[in-house]
Amino acid sequence: MEFKRREAPYLIPQVSVSSMMLQVLAALVPAAIVHVWFFGPGFILNLLVAAVFAAGGETVMLGLRNRKSEAGLTDYSVLVTAALFAFALPSLTPWWVTATGALFAVIVAKHLYGGLGFNIFNPAMAGYVVILIAFPMHLNLWIAPRMGDLDYQHLTVLQTLQYTLTGSLPDGILFDAISRATPLDVMKSGLNNARTFAEIRAIPVMGDFGGRGWEWIGNFLAFGGFWLLIKKIIRWQIPVGVGLGLLVPATIMYMVEPGSHASPGFHLFSGATILCAFFIATDPVSAATSPKGRLIYGIGIGFLIYCIRRWGSYADGVAFAVLLMNMAVPTIDYLTRPHIIGHDLSADSGEADG
Amino acid sequence: MSAPTYDLGTLHGGLRLPGHKSASTGQAIIDVPVPAQLVLPITQHVGDPSQPVVGIGERVLKGQLIAESDGTLSAPVHAPSSGKIIAIEPWPVSRRYGENAPCIVIECDGKDEAVLPADMPGNTPANFTTLAPADLLTKILQGGIVGLGGAAFPTAQKLMQARTCKIDHLLLNGVECESYISCDDLLMRERAGEIVNGAQILMHALQIDVCFIAIESDKPEAIRALALVLGEINDERIVIKQVPTIYPSGGEDQLVQLVTNREVPSGGLPSDVGCLVQNVGTAAAIHDWVVDNQPLISRVTTITGDGVASPVNVRARIGTTISDIIELAGGYTDSAKQLIIGGPMTGKSVTTDRVPLVKATNCILVSSETPSPGPALPCIRCGDCAAVCPVQLLPQQLFWYACADDEDKMREFGLMDCIECGCCDLVCPSHIPLTADFRVAKGRIQELADEKARAARARQRFEARSNRLEREQTERETELAQQKASAKKAGPSAIAEILKRKQTSKDDE
Repeated sequence: MEFKRREAPYLIPQVSVSSMMLQVLAALVPAAIVHVWFFGPGFILNLLVAAVFAAGGETVMLGLRNRKSEAGLTDYSVLVTAALFAFALPSLTPWWVTATGALFAVIVAKHLYGGLGFNIFNPAMAGYVVILIAFPMHLNLWIAPRMGDLDYQHLTVLQTLQYTLTGSLPDGILFDAISRATPLDVMKSGLNNARTFAEIRAIPVMGDFGGRGWEWIGNFLAFGGFWLLIKKIIRWQIPVGVGLGLLVPATIMYMVEPGSHASPGFHLFSGATILCAFFIATDPVSAATSPKGRLIYGIGIGFLIYCIRRWGSYADGVAFAVLLMNMAVPTIDYLTRPHIIGHDLSADSGEADG
Repeated sequence: MSAPTYDLGTLHGGLRLPGHKSASTGQAIIDVPVPAQLVLPITQHVGDPSQPVVGIGERVLKGQLIAESDGTLSAPVHAPSSGKIIAIEPWPVSRRYGENAPCIVIECDGKDEAVLPADMPGNTPANFTTLAPADLLTKILQGGIVGLGGAAFPTAQKLMQARTCKIDHLLLNGVECESYISCDDLLMRERAGEIVNGAQILMHALQIDVCFIAIESDKPEAIRALALVLGEINDERIVIKQVPTIYPSGGEDQLVQLVTNREVPSGGLPSDVGCLVQNVGTAAAIHDWVVDNQPLISRVTTITGDGVASPVNVRARIGTTISDIIELAGGYTDSAKQLIIGGPMTGKSVTTDRVPLVKATNCILVSSETPSPGPALPCIRCGDCAAVCPVQLLPQQLFWYACADDEDKMREFGLMDCIECGCCDLVCPSHIPLTADFRVAKGRIQELADEKARAARARQRFEARSNRLEREQTERETELAQQKASAKKAGPSAIAEILKRKQTSKDDE
C-alpha cells in the first residue's frame, strides 16, 4: 500500500492567529458596553469608522504589496487595532479624525514596516499619537460620564451621529453643557495649581479610585484581561511590569508627599492604564519577546506613563510610553536572551535564565 | 519494595500531549509469526553500514551473523530466522522515508532453526559478574544491539565511549513520552526482571553504582512491575524515578536534566556529565544476548492509530515488512492514509508499507491524513514557542535568522542545540513549520561547514603540492649541479659517455 509523505510533526496546532485576535476582541466587549453606558453611543460610531478605514487601508496595502487580501483580513488583527484605537478616542470624535488615525496606523505604522509581524511600533498607538498632535482640540473633548446624581445633558444617537459626521453639535447645545475635563486633566491642573490630592478628589468627576465611568471601564477591561491571561493569550509579565513600573514610583511619591501627588489607586484606575497593561502593551508584535524582556518592557512602559503624567505636558502618557519602549525592544531582546540549556553560562552574553 | 522517588530536576517548557496510549495497552504483547520473507537493511543504526558476510543462495540459521560491523561506528546484523539468502538488493526502508537502500533478503524455511548456543561468539557463563568488564563489552559488541528507543545508536560503541569518561549514573529510559507509543510500557510490565538484569549487566560493565529507572507517571502498571522485581532482588543501587508526563522528557539530554539536574553541554554527550542513558528495551536486549545468547533479532513495537483495525503491541522479527505485521494484526481500516514509523511528533512518514521493521522501529502509526493547517502567516512574536522549548531557545528569533540565512546569528541563538522535538510547531498560532525550517537550516549550516572544510583541505593539498614541487625542483637542481661538477672532474670522455646515455634513453621514450 502506498502512502502520502509529509514532514514531522504530524499533530497540528490547535491555535491560530485569528482565534487569538477574536478572543482579544471578545475580551474587550464588556468594557465596550460599559463605555457606551457611561459615555453614550459615540464609541460605537468611532469603532465603525475606525474599523471601516483600517480594513480599507489593509485591503489597499495588501493589494499594493501583492498579498492575498483575504488572508490579511481573516486574521482579524486589523479589527483589534481598530478596537484599541477606538478605546483611546473620546466618544465625540469627528469621522475624519478617526479615519486619519486609523489609516496612519494601518498604512504607515503597520504595512510600510512590512505588515503583520514586522511592525516596530504599536499601530493603534502610532495612529493615536498622530491625531493627538494633529487634532489636539478634538481629543481633549470628553463628554461628562453618566453620573446619576448629577444632571448633565446627554446626546441622543442622532445627535452623536451628527457630530461624528459634521464635527459640529446640533443647534442649541453648547460644548460646555456636555463636556467635562477628564479626571487626569483635573488632577494635573489641580496639582499644578497647588491644590491637594484630597481637595481634587472631592470634585464630582472623580469616582472611588479614578474618574467616574473610567474606573468602571477599567474594571471591565481588567476582567477581560484576566480572562486573556487564563486563556494564555497573553502572559503575566507585561501587565505585571506595567503595574510595577507605574505603581512603585506612584506609591513612593504618594507616601513621601501625599498632598501633592495622586494616589497609586488613582493612577491605576485612571486614563488608559488598564487598557495599556492588558491590551496595548501586550501586542506581541511590537513587544519584547523573551519572558524577562517582557517584564522589563512592561516596567519601562509603566514608569514612562508615571513620568509623563507627573511631569509631562500631556495628561496621560500611555501612547508615548508604549512607542518609546517599542524602540527599546531590539536592545531588550538582545540583552535578555534566556540561557540555552547546555551552553556555558560564562560564555553566554545573555542572562542566566528566562 | 523500593518505592518510586520524586525528587527531580526541572525541565523547561514541554507539552502535555494527548496520550492515545490506552488503545494499544489493553492486551499483552502478541508474537507475530515468522513471515515468508525477511528484509534486513545493512544500515539499521547510526554510523557506517555493516558488511554482508553471506552469499546469495547460502542457508542461514536463526541468530547467525549475516553482516558484520564495519568502521568505527557500526553494528552487526543477525538472521532473525532460518532460511536461504535470496537477494542482496535495494529495498524501500523507513530510514529513507520509503526510498531504497541495500538490504539482505532471506526466504524463510519456517523451521526457525537456531545456531547452537555453544557456537555463539563469547559464550558467557551464567553469572556475568565473573566476567571482566572489558570482556563483557566485547560480548555486547557482537550482539548487534543498538539503542531501541528510536535513535539506534550502536550500544557497544556508546558503552566504550562512556568508559573513557567518569560515569556515576546509569539512567534507564522508560519515559516513552510521545503520544501513541506504548511498547516500552508493555515491555516493562511483562519483562521487568530482564530489564533490571540488563541494568545490572550495564552497571557491571561500566562499574557504575547508581541506576535510575525513569518512568512517566502515566504508567503505574510498569512502575509496579519494576518495583516488584526490585523488591525481590533487593538491589539497593537501582531506584525508580517517576517523572511527570510531559513531552519531551524522554529525550536523552532532557532526561539527564530532569533526573540528575545536570545540563548536558552543547554539542556534548550525557557521558560528559557522568551519565549513561539506555532505553529499557536495550537493557532487556542486553540481558537476552549476554545471558541467553540471543542476539537482537526481534523487538516489541506498537501498532496503533485510527488506520489499523486493532491497535496492539507486537513482538516481531527484525526484517518483517510493515504490511506483513499489519496484516497479522487485523489489517487496515478505511482511514489508513498516512504511515508513520515512530511517534506523531518525531516519526518518519514513509511512502510504502513494503519497508521492513528495523531495530529502531518502536511504533507503526497508521492514521488518517493530518489536515493541512493552511498557509503559514507571518510570525507575530507571541513567544509561545519559546515558552515550550525544552532547550530554552527562542524559536521566533531563530526563525527570523533562518529566513535571513544569517549563519552566525543562528549559531549564536543555538540552532544546533535544537532537538527537533516539534513542540514549537504545535503552539504556533501562525502555523509556521518551525521544526522543518530548522531542519533545513541545520542542513544548510552543516553544508557551509563542510564546504569550508573542503576548501581548507583543498588549500592544504594545493600548498603541500606546491611545496613538494618546489622541493623537488631544488633537489633536481642540486643533483644536476653535483653531476655537472663530478663530470667536470672526470674529464671529457666521461661527459661524452653521459651524453650518449642520455641520447639512448631519449630514443627509448
